[in-house]
Amino acid sequence: MRFVDEFRDPEIITRTCEEIRRLADPGRHYRIMEVCGGHTHAIYRFGLKDVLPPNIEFIHGPGCPVCVLPMGRIDDGLELGKQDGVIFAAFGDMMRVPGAHGSPLERKAAGMDVRIVYSPSDALKLARANPDKHVMFFAIGFETTAPSTALTLMRARAEGIRNFSVFCNHVTIIPALRAILDSPDMRLDAFVGPGHVSTVIGCRPYEWIARDEGRPIVVSGFEPLDLLQSVVMLLRQMQDGRTEVENQYARVVPWEGNRAALAAMAEVFELRPFFEWRGLGFISQSALRIRDAYADWDAERIFDVPGIRVTDPKAAQCGEVLKGVLKPVQCKLFGRECTPEHPIGALMVSSEGSCAAYYNYEHRKAAAASLAPV
Amino acid sequence: MCLAIPGRIVELVEDLPHLAMVEVTGVRRRVDLGLLQDDMPGPGDWVLIHVGFAMSRISESGAEEQMRTLRMLGEDHAAMEEVRGYGLAPEE
Repeated sequence: MRFVDEFRDPEIITRTCEEIRRLADPGRHYRIMEVCGGHTHAIYRFGLKDVLPPNIEFIHGPGCPVCVLPMGRIDDGLELGKQDGVIFAAFGDMMRVPGAHGSPLERKAAGMDVRIVYSPSDALKLARANPDKHVMFFAIGFETTAPSTALTLMRARAEGIRNFSVFCNHVTIIPALRAILDSPDMRLDAFVGPGHVSTVIGCRPYEWIARDEGRPIVVSGFEPLDLLQSVVMLLRQMQDGRTEVENQYARVVPWEGNRAALAAMAEVFELRPFFEWRGLGFISQSALRIRDAYADWDAERIFDVPGIRVTDPKAAQCGEVLKGVLKPVQCKLFGRECTPEHPIGALMVSSEGSCAAYYNYEHRKAAAASLAPV
Repeated sequence: MCLAIPGRIVELVEDLPHLAMVEVTGVRRRVDLGLLQDDMPGPGDWVLIHVGFAMSRISESGAEEQMRTLRMLGEDHAAMEEVRGYGLAPEE
């Protein structure tokens, strides 16, 4: 294993790998979806594929918020942001994501007022500091991030700051998992549940996956040992014929989640009837919009949203990769037209996107090996 | 963006009780504690920070583990860039 000497206790890692081999039925192929983009990154970074038996396969799930955002939403946001007197504020992760007419960074180079913020509250601060401008925060993220946006909007309302709005693209993980399980071309045996989303929502929202869908799910931490222990827990469930929600990451994730964070989300947001996900299409009740009480801070109501819809470049197969039907390397553009330096699809932009993770670790390793003297 | 960064609360900000000065490997920034109001942490407590907001309380050993995880993932620099970028200003 690649970073083995950095591991806290290589012996435990070795023993855990042995246990995985013991538990895995050699006559069976296990397809385990890790939901969270952070897990995808960790799996490639630590080369976990190399230590698992070949019949255990990780399928990379939809848990990278940058990756699942349809290009049209980026273009909508940029159209609103380019208006006179508007400052477009977004997290750094969004800056290189291509829209149909360039990324936010390219628009900035062309003269648009685009600012990177590290926190939604910094976007609000920008509004306080620029009373003659309107600051629009381009909000993305799952339940990990949505409570922070909610609290920022509550503070904006309490302080009566009127030159601030949110263009809300927050999404929720459960409906996406439902869509994946409903998809006829998906065959999954088990799930590694997201770590930080679960600090907010807790473990109960996953119970239907175990109860109704008959799939084990283990909420996991991000260290190699966490992920390997989660695989052990999943294999044990499958061996025993159990399907349960288990929490491997209890040192951070409370079973009930974070009530204050859920309350902030419920105060500010409500479910949209439907929302488009890149690669997964329209999913009902899968995203958040701003409630009427906060309409004065909702960019979609303050401004006319063009409602741009952009289909992904035909040759790009982001959707199939996002659903785990294709491996990144099986896409026709992978490593040729589409690279982390020149991304075409969003999966290549974020370090949590499966294409970028695959490119940075597997593809570069293979390229280096092919150059090595024989 | 999806980083969870461990930090130790140094002090609560006077007159703004939802804000705390938090130290992350020597860098001090203000962090919002509003999402932990049900179980408000105090000086000396460790928290996991995401986009400028404390998300959960963790133990000191949990904090060390989390920092090591970030290092192993090669994301420690991005995490510190994020922390330094928080605009809620050091105590000036």
